[in-house]
Amino acid sequence: MPEQLLQQIVNGLLIGFMYSLIAIGLTLIWGVMNIVNFAHGDFLMVGMFTSFWLYTLYGLDPLFSIPICTALLFVMGMLIYRFIVSKVMAGPMLAQLVVTFGVSIFISNLAVYLWTPDFRLIAKPLLSGTWNLGAVQLSIPKTVAAAGSIITSLAVFLFLKKTRTGKAILATEMDREAALLMGINTDRVNSLSFGMGAALVGIAGAFLSTYYYIYPQVGGLFGTIAFCIVALGGFGSISGAFIAGILVGLVQTLGGFFFDPAYKYAIVFMIYLVTVWIRPQGLLGW
Amino acid sequence: MRIKWVPIICLSLCAVLVLSGSLFAQQKTIRVGAVYPLTGNIASTGLDCKRGAELAVDIINGKYDLNLPLAKTEGLPNLGGAKIELVFADTKGDPRNGMSEAERLVSQEKVVAMIGAYQSSVTKTASQATERLKIPYVCSDSSSPTLTERNFKYFFRVSPHDAGFARDQFQFLKDLEKKTGQKVSTVALLYENTEFGSNVGKAAAQYAKEFGYKVVADVSYAANATDVTSEVGALIKAKPDVLMHASYITDAILFTKTFKEMNFAPKGIMTFAGYIEPAYLPAVKADGDYIIVRSTFALDLAKGKPLVAQVNELFKKKYGIDMSENAARSFAAPFVLADAINRAKSTKSEDIVRALLATNIPGDQMIYPWKGIKFDPKSHQNIYARGTLVQILNEQYATVWPFDAAAKEVVWPFPPWKTRK
Repeated sequence: MPEQLLQQIVNGLLIGFMYSLIAIGLTLIWGVMNIVNFAHGDFLMVGMFTSFWLYTLYGLDPLFSIPICTALLFVMGMLIYRFIVSKVMAGPMLAQLVVTFGVSIFISNLAVYLWTPDFRLIAKPLLSGTWNLGAVQLSIPKTVAAAGSIITSLAVFLFLKKTRTGKAILATEMDREAALLMGINTDRVNSLSFGMGAALVGIAGAFLSTYYYIYPQVGGLFGTIAFCIVALGGFGSISGAFIAGILVGLVQTLGGFFFDPAYKYAIVFMIYLVTVWIRPQGLLGW
Repeated sequence: MRIKWVPIICLSLCAVLVLSGSLFAQQKTIRVGAVYPLTGNIASTGLDCKRGAELAVDIINGKYDLNLPLAKTEGLPNLGGAKIELVFADTKGDPRNGMSEAERLVSQEKVVAMIGAYQSSVTKTASQATERLKIPYVCSDSSSPTLTERNFKYFFRVSPHDAGFARDQFQFLKDLEKKTGQKVSTVALLYENTEFGSNVGKAAAQYAKEFGYKVVADVSYAANATDVTSEVGALIKAKPDVLMHASYITDAILFTKTFKEMNFAPKGIMTFAGYIEPAYLPAVKADGDYIIVRSTFALDLAKGKPLVAQVNELFKKKYGIDMSENAARSFAAPFVLADAINRAKSTKSEDIVRALLATNIPGDQMIYPWKGIKFDPKSHQNIYARGTLVQILNEQYATVWPFDAAAKEVVWPFPPWKTRK
C-alpha cells in the first residue's frame, strides 16, 4: 500500500510537470493579451507531429528535434498573431474569443487532411524503459520530460525577471497603457509573447512525443486541462501555472488512487471550481 | 371552355412528369444513409467502417463471381437493377450529431434506410431518430446489448453484442481451464465509461458470477484520458488472474504502454474493440503481443472459408490494406439491407421491415464464422451471430478460440514484460 501510494505520487508529479509546461505557454499569452488561445492544444499537436516527422523522415530523435520544434512553433505563433490575432485585437470581445477557436478548428482539420486521422508513435525513441527505484517504477522518457519541463519553466521565469525584453512583457502584462506610455512597443511584446507561448508548447510537444501517441485531435483534453491549470494558478502567473500543473497532476493520480479512477477528472475540475469560488484570481494571481 | 382546360392539362402533365420522374429515379438508385465518425477522436475507425460499407455496395451494384447475396447480378434484380447509393454523414463521434445527422439524411437527403454508426452511444441516438421517422436501420458494427433490448420496430442488428462477447470470454476461460489444467479464479474489469464500455462491464460482472469467477476490481475511466497510471495502479493493487478490458482505440494504446511501463502482467489480458482496430498494432507494435481480443472476423478464417480471402483480395485492391475487423463488420449491413429491399420489391419502410424479418441468409454466403443471419422477431438481433477470440502473436491476429476453429494454439499465461524484448 505505501509503495503504491509512493508510485502514484511519482506518477502524479511526472504528468504534473508536463501539464505545467503546457500551461505556462497559455498563461503567458493570456496574461499579456487577455486572449484565450483556444488553439493551444493544437499547437501542442503541431509540435508533436513536427518531432514525429523529423524522426520518421530524417531519423532525428525527438530529444534533438526540440530546438527545431521550438523555432518552428515560435515562427508559427508570431505569424498567427501578425496575420490573424492582431487584426481582431481592437475588435469586440467576441471576435477575440472566436478567432483562436477558428484557428484551432482549422489547424486540427488541416492535420487530418495532411496526415490522416491515424495514430502514430515514435517507434524507437532514444529514451525508453523504466528505472526501478526500490518498489517505484520510474518511466525514463517521462522523467526526462519532467526534468525538461522544470528547466524550461525556470528559464522562462529568469528571462521574464532578468532581461529587458522579459521585463517589458511583464510590464505590459501588469498595465498595458502605462507600459505604452513608458515607450514599450506593446504590439511587439504581443507578437513576441504569442510566439513564446507557442514555442513553449512546442517544447512540451517534443517531450510528449517520446512517450505519447500522436494524432490530430491529441490537443483536446490537454488544452482543456491547461485552461483549468491557468485559471487555478492565476491568469498570467508563470509560477502559478507551474505549481497548479503539479497540483493537478497529483490530484488526478491520487484522486484516482483514494477514490475511484472514474472520478479523477471530476475531482480536478471540482478543485478548479472551488478555487474560482473562493479566490477568483487564482492561487498566485493578482 | 378551352381556357378552363388548359391549366388542368398543364397541371396533370406536370404531375405525370413529376411522378414518373420520381418513380424513375427510385428505380435507378436507392439512397441509404450511412452515419460514421469521419472526423474527431476515432476518425480512423470511421474511415475503416466506411470502406467496408463501400466495398459491400460495390459488390451489390456490380457483377462479381462471389458467393455473397446479390453479387452475381448488377444492382437489385427485383427492382429493375436499381443501384444502392450510400449517403455518408459525419457524426464526429458525438451522439448529438448522430441524431441530427440521421434526421437530416432522412428529411433532406431522402434516404430510405440507415446503416452505421460504430459507436454504440451514437447508434443509440441515431436509431432513436430513425425509429421516430419510421426508417429501417440495419446495424452491423455496434455491440452494446441495450441497442436490441429496446425492441424497436425499425432497428435490426446483424453482429453479435457485448453481452454475448462477454459470455464468450468466460466460456473461453472455462474451456482453457479444462484444456490446460491451469486455474483461473479472479478477474478485474476495466472499461471506458460510455454506453459501450459500461455495458460490457455490467455484462461481464453478471457472467463472472454465473461462471463462478471473483471480480476483484471494477474500474471505469474516460476514454479520452491523458494519463491512466492511477487506473493501472488500482489494477495492480487488486492482483487479478485475468484482466478484461473494454476500450476504444486511444485508450487501448495508452493502457498498453502503461501496462508495460508499470509492469502489469496478469495471466491473461482479454479485451474488446479498441485492441482490434487497424491503428492499434502499428502504434504499439510488439507490445500488443499475447493480448486476446474478441472478434467477429479474422483473415485466418480464410483457411476454412475461401470467400474471406476473395473479399479481402478485392478490399486490398481498392484500398491497399488488408480488411480489418471493423471494415468486415460494416461490410455486412449493406448486404442484409439490399437483400431485404430486393425481396420486398419496394422501398417503403413497412415493406422493408417485413422483408428484414423474413431474412434468412445462410452461413456460407458470409465472411463470418456464423451459421447465418436470421433476426429474432422481437429484439431484431441476429440469432446466429457469435464471436471468436483472436490473440495477437508476432504482431498478427490469430484465431485461438473456439478451439475447434483455432488457427493457432493460445499462449497462456501472458509472459511477463521483463522477459520480452
